[in-house]
Amino acid sequence: MSTNDDYNPRDWAIHPPYLDPSYKSTVLRSPRQKLIPLAQTVTETTGPQYDARHIGSLGPDLTKSARKNGEPLGERIVVEGRVLDENGRPVPNTLIEIWQANASGRYVHEVDQHDAPIDPNFLGSGRCVTDAEGRYSYITIKPGAYPWQNHHNAWRPAHIHYSLFGPSFATRLVTQMYFPGDPLLAYDPIYNTIPDPEARKRLICDFSMELTKPEWALGYTFDVVLRGRGATPMEN
Amino acid sequence: MTLKQTPSQTIGPYFRYALTPESYGHLGIVNGNLLVPGIKGEKIRIAGRVFDGASKPMSDALVEIWQADAEGAYPPSAEPGKFSGFGRVETDKQGEFRFETVKPGAVPGRGNAWQAPHIAIILSARGMLGHVFTRLYFADETDANTQDPVLNTVPAERRKTLVATRGADGIYRFDIHVQGDEETVFFEV
Ligand SMILES: [Fe+3]
Repeated sequence: MSTNDDYNPRDWAIHPPYLDPSYKSTVLRSPRQKLIPLAQTVTETTGPQYDARHIGSLGPDLTKSARKNGEPLGERIVVEGRVLDENGRPVPNTLIEIWQANASGRYVHEVDQHDAPIDPNFLGSGRCVTDAEGRYSYITIKPGAYPWQNHHNAWRPAHIHYSLFGPSFATRLVTQMYFPGDPLLAYDPIYNTIPDPEARKRLICDFSMELTKPEWALGYTFDVVLRGRGATPMEN
Repeated sequence: MTLKQTPSQTIGPYFRYALTPESYGHLGIVNGNLLVPGIKGEKIRIAGRVFDGASKPMSDALVEIWQADAEGAYPPSAEPGKFSGFGRVETDKQGEFRFETVKPGAVPGRGNAWQAPHIAIILSARGMLGHVFTRLYFADETDANTQDPVLNTVPAERRKTLVATRGADGIYRFDIHVQGDEETVFFEV
């Protein structure tokens, strides 16, 4: 196998370290031994490839998938973006799984004990697949901020969780998308574990008037960049 | 390179209704059972527990596996009804995960090398700002394991953390220690 098949390493100037005591749970959940370098093989350069046939009952319109007796409460939003690699090439036909709290900042998950209402018409998870140009979109409700137990008066800024595969096991990424102008970002240990302040900002989506649908929903754009392959072939 | 990687963030404690949503009345893209009708190869069961640095079970971790079929081939895409090579489960209250699958065949390594049968694992959890990569090897593949180019890069005294052993019940046991004296080997992939 030629080394050109290798995916670029994770950029540790960008990704958070495993241990950051400001996010308390990392203290006992971070490996302490050094990661052992693994020269990529077919095991790492291939990976699960799921597409539109696997969307099932959790589709790209989160305002529809759990309706019982009406529309979910909250501010309807449309999120659109592209999944690209480091060379700027689209990552086509790749599954994105998303999940989030409802407009009041409450997750459906049984472990979430936050004293805020569950919305009977909103589950908060969905799936979409990128097209040939790496584009994706979904419709949802803007999530609310929610409290957590990390420290006194700890609140997570509003966010939507993303899980992506990309073309290989090596390109898998789980991350969170934040919203512009959120005053909680400055206080959030999880967001601030990202070493490079410029990289942090790339997790904040952009408001888009163009994408905003009159009388219907606000629009936001958010691109995701996955690991690319090292060798950049010449392009004319 | 023209663009910078998007940073990783923790999967958090609340992924179940998206990634392993059976208990919410929705099918996940996969679960812990990789077996399909007519599948070739030796059917096996794998079970293990995930522990933190205080040896406490991690009951909210996501374990994902990627493996070749019995002939050593990785499925190029997930075809409904066929072996997908991919599985995922959330750990239970005891921190335990279980998979039913076939034992993978040997797969090519770099150059002319061959790799011993193995399963690639990604572990994600609350408190982990990014996922970790590890591999499961099989204790009964003694010869192949001795020759395996990846296992051979691991310090000898830590290799056992990557090797699943078969119990009297026939189940391959593979515990993952995120931290501590028995810390599992994690790879920079
Ligand atoms: Fe969250």
